[in-house]
Amino acid sequence: MSIAPTHMATVPGTVTSWYEASARTRIRLLLDPGSFMEFIGPEKREVSPHLKVFDLPEQFDDGIVVGRGTLGGSKVLIAAQEGRFMGGAFGEVHGAKLTGLLRAARDIGSVPVLILFDTGGVRLQEANAGELAIAEIMRAVIEAREAGAKVIGLIGGRAGCYGGGGLIAGCCSGLVVSEQGRIAVSGPEVIETNRGVEEFDSRDRALVWRTMGGKHRRLLGGAEVFVDDTGQAFRDAALMLLGQVGGFELSTLTNEQARLEARLRDFGGCADAVDIWTAQGIADAATIPALPADQFIALADRFGRISHDAR
Amino acid sequence: MENLSLHHPTRQSAVGAKKMAIVGVVASGNLEVLVERVLPDHECLVEIRTAAEGFGEVWKAVVADFIERYSPGGLKFSINDGGARPDAVSLRLAQAVRLMEEEQ
Repeated sequence: MSIAPTHMATVPGTVTSWYEASARTRIRLLLDPGSFMEFIGPEKREVSPHLKVFDLPEQFDDGIVVGRGTLGGSKVLIAAQEGRFMGGAFGEVHGAKLTGLLRAARDIGSVPVLILFDTGGVRLQEANAGELAIAEIMRAVIEAREAGAKVIGLIGGRAGCYGGGGLIAGCCSGLVVSEQGRIAVSGPEVIETNRGVEEFDSRDRALVWRTMGGKHRRLLGGAEVFVDDTGQAFRDAALMLLGQVGGFELSTLTNEQARLEARLRDFGGCADAVDIWTAQGIADAATIPALPADQFIALADRFGRISHDAR
Repeated sequence: MENLSLHHPTRQSAVGAKKMAIVGVVASGNLEVLVERVLPDHECLVEIRTAAEGFGEVWKAVVADFIERYSPGGLKFSINDGGARPDAVSLRLAQAVRLMEEEQ
């Protein structure tokens, strides 16, 4: 076995794809260089108490990295899920780390939280603890926002943002998404299993991407910003969104309710995402899935809706 | 799951001053290595928790080869393994040593 040590170190900056990067690399790509300080790091070995019961391997950070740092010189709290460890799923410890971070944001009141989602939802081996964690996190997001902390979700990982992750994303002040960053609650296989292949063919990849992918979420108003799949694009978008999102009042929620009701009224009869895009007035809607990111961003800026007063 | 604990003397201590580093992820065919500078200068400990049982002799050979090549004195390696092949294990161990070479 021949080993060349010079080729082995990970070189920051050369890994630019958000989709391909690990949770720790994404934090490095996003924050100001050298500013990250981890809370409850891997050396604390706060692993899942449930996985050993199932004879499954643990990960020292339980699949989520939390801490603080700076973005453009300003303080932020940050959490990044590792989508390759058990699909980035929420277990008891994984969820508690995010809940604690959000409660810290609530107590401080002025420091925003960035959540780098990459999750299939609740970890089935610790389902009850995971479901409770989702509920606690959703409450903690709302409490942090009430206290004045913005909570921004960044979605572009291999696991997408599904299940309880999709619910938490819906509670955030704003979302950044790339084409790869699918956002939904029930995943393609779950829908097919429950409602049949006529309802949703999970093997039809084009259908999955145009129904749950970032482009559709951006055009529907589910995500505020669409970005290309690079660390720099996510960083720029996070900075922009932190400067844009407004406060959190009762009117924010009533506006969001009105926005969703209008969306259901306008597009509720559409059978496919392409029908929705056509109804939105986009010519050649069928070409959208193949559009390069820069062309799509230009199109979305003309047709998409960014509702600063809703959400 | 199988637990292995491999203790080795080393010729010299590991380069660098970094206290802790982590590399890799626990996924199928992959592993994570947590490395900490917590041992006396001429000792090395590799603790392995692996999902693939019955490969103790392979682990011993891979770790012995790694110790001989890098002489990582003072370092404790804690591994969570998702069934990585020996070449992936060697790569991750080498990456971990490399990360510890930084001054802080």
